Amino acid sequence: MNSMQSLAEQRGIATFGGYAKYAPYLADPVAKRRRKLADTLEEAVRRSGLESGMTISFHHAFREGDKTINQVVDLLAKMGLKNLTLASSSLLTCNAPLIEHIKSGVISRIYTSGMRGKLADAVSHGLMDEPVQIHSHGGRVHLMDAGELKVDVAFLAASAADEFGNANGTGGRSRCGSLGYAMVDAARAKYVIVLTEELVAYPNTPASIRQDQVDCVVKVDQIGDPSKISVGAARITSNPRELLIARYAADVLEHSGYFKEGFSIQTGSGAAATAVTRFLEGRMRKADIHASFALGGITGSIVDLHKKGLIRTILDTQSFDASAAESLRTDPAGHIEISTDYYANQSSKAAAVDEMDMVILSALEIDVGFNVNVITGSDGVMRGASGGHSDTAAGANLAVVVAPLIRGRIPTVCEKVTTVVTPGTCVGVLVTDHGIAVNPNRPEIAERLKAAGLPVLSIEELHARAIAITGTPSPIAFTDRVVGMVRFRDGSLIDTIRQVVD
Amino acid sequence: MKLRRSMLFLPGSNAAMLSTAFVYKPDSIMFDLEDAVSLREKDTARMMVYHTLSLPMYRDIEKVVRINPLSSVYGHADLEAAVRGGADVIRLPKTDCAEDIHELEHEVLRIEQSGVRPVGSTGLMAAIESASGVVNAVEIAKSSKRLIGIALAGFDYVMDMQTERGDGTELFYARCAVLHAARAAGIDAFDVVYGNVNDDEGFLREVELAKKLGFNGKSLINPRQIEPLHRAYAPTEEDVDRARRVIAAAEDAEKRGLGVVALNGKMIDAPVIAHAQRVLQRAEASGVRG
Repeated sequence: MNSMQSLAEQRGIATFGGYAKYAPYLADPVAKRRRKLADTLEEAVRRSGLESGMTISFHHAFREGDKTINQVVDLLAKMGLKNLTLASSSLLTCNAPLIEHIKSGVISRIYTSGMRGKLADAVSHGLMDEPVQIHSHGGRVHLMDAGELKVDVAFLAASAADEFGNANGTGGRSRCGSLGYAMVDAARAKYVIVLTEELVAYPNTPASIRQDQVDCVVKVDQIGDPSKISVGAARITSNPRELLIARYAADVLEHSGYFKEGFSIQTGSGAAATAVTRFLEGRMRKADIHASFALGGITGSIVDLHKKGLIRTILDTQSFDASAAESLRTDPAGHIEISTDYYANQSSKAAAVDEMDMVILSALEIDVGFNVNVITGSDGVMRGASGGHSDTAAGANLAVVVAPLIRGRIPTVCEKVTTVVTPGTCVGVLVTDHGIAVNPNRPEIAERLKAAGLPVLSIEELHARAIAITGTPSPIAFTDRVVGMVRFRDGSLIDTIRQVVD
Repeated sequence: MKLRRSMLFLPGSNAAMLSTAFVYKPDSIMFDLEDAVSLREKDTARMMVYHTLSLPMYRDIEKVVRINPLSSVYGHADLEAAVRGGADVIRLPKTDCAEDIHELEHEVLRIEQSGVRPVGSTGLMAAIESASGVVNAVEIAKSSKRLIGIALAGFDYVMDMQTERGDGTELFYARCAVLHAARAAGIDAFDVVYGNVNDDEGFLREVELAKKLGFNGKSLINPRQIEPLHRAYAPTEEDVDRARRVIAAAEDAEKRGLGVVALNGKMIDAPVIAHAQRVLQRAEASGVRG
């Protein structure tokens, strides 16, 4: 034994055995470049080592146009996998086919921001043995970092990727824009599979998901239909009631005390919330002020203000329409893609929501304590998502909730919300078509709005007004069985969702 | 001096709209029992409007009810419900001559005298929708002390004139005739509805025209049109300054016992003061135009 060998042994270090000893593909000019490519999705799954009982994850940037989640779970079912935990950043109406996979035991646990449609209906009626874990966007990252949510295999759809897995949502054909959710999974999952419609030449830039995070790349026929992203929650309105609310909300922003040069804002999705952006332009021009940044889910109307020089930087964690996705692609200096960790994770080293002045949020229900429900409908069935609601409400200087006082025949302002997603202490102002209520914990805001001549009432008055019109609604009939656990952004349990009575 | 820039039409059969339309804060709301209500819903609409008239949320808005013509099978029942329900104003469609208003007034008085509300408390409004109506506009406008205004209804009128709605040329005479009749009688005048709710620019052009001609306001079919209309009718900062100076000068003159006063070399008399008051009233209602 020579001295080098003994020194290596002493120190527990291997001696050199050839340049390709630990990376044999380097000796094969084809394999070294294409070793990460799987021919089929099934092959990718096999390579990942996915087994029954493990956790799989997805992003929902295609919203109602998603073609990845159902495709992958269908395949996993065929491959005989069972008892999986599904951790999608959210689930929507298009995910109804998952019902069968839950019934057959392929999926047994779910982590999601929310759910809608038939799947939500079935879960609310007791489809699953394990309660669904409802988290916020920032809360999802927190649950991963805290060790509760450990993703074994992430299936991340990207419109364009190269052979090493540098991937984004701005290249190729089916562009969803920001991959803010997927970036989190790419950085944390044990095994990362990129599903793409288009393999492009190396290096694919900018890389939202990077080659050093990706284990396997597979080309599939379809990952999603971007034309359906703006269907559902993220829509623009011509409804006079929603426009009225939006105008009041713009009044509130203008007179809140935060409407100053360099202010920052998130307007979010939801009809009235999106419409607020329209009214902001005139107010900003009149006051000759500019926003430093707009945050979160980004719509074309925000992009429009950015292009007009009224918003300096867009921090985009989810592109809500084609215009936002296109801006992200073409304006790399001003329109920035951010992960949901950067966006809203309170246990991250910094979250952008903490820098934000004002956020516009929607609500399915808000009670006289300003607690907000964005998950369960008036029938007690899940029909929404936690999203960034509690993240932004907790982080921003002022959270403004917009909602019609009455939807159909059901009051939105109620005595006690069916499900608490965002605690009332984080909500500053409620704007309805019948008037504006300010949380008593923000007396300075109430003073400013009153001084501006806005119709400020107490939330009890708004509640009384609603009841005067609709009468008192009958309580929803629930069983004692818990079908959903609502987790606050710090992982704590803030409320439960119970099974509705058939 | 009642501000009547916006008169929002609401189909009497639309329960959802009836329950919350006051949030849009038009100057007047017109509950329609006539053209916007299908035959099978006439009775429902009448009952719902009757109920809506009593809602406290509508207390601060002028409530107008458009009834079916008294010659129709619904007209008298509509009128009973509207007057008993507490409508501020009854709008009579298709008014062709003063006799139509006399007949209506006679019926209104009869209902009031049954003790449901003070005699004379029900206002009237005539909608002019035909060539005869336009030609008789002056006698219609002067036909009753109860009349608060007359309105031109464009659609039926242009049909009667064998033309169609266009750039406004087709309404030129009718607008001027109705407006002059209203002013000669000292009552308000309302311009036609603008049907294309998605054409904001066209709407604003028409509002500008109506305002310049001198109409008090316009009939509206979508709540979305209220805010732009009010904004268009809002005075400028300059208008408001001038109006304030006029009022101040007039008050000062009155204090000093002067009959006539001049501001910047211009005589301030009663019509100038009345105009200044209207300007300030509009400014108070919806601010100034920036």
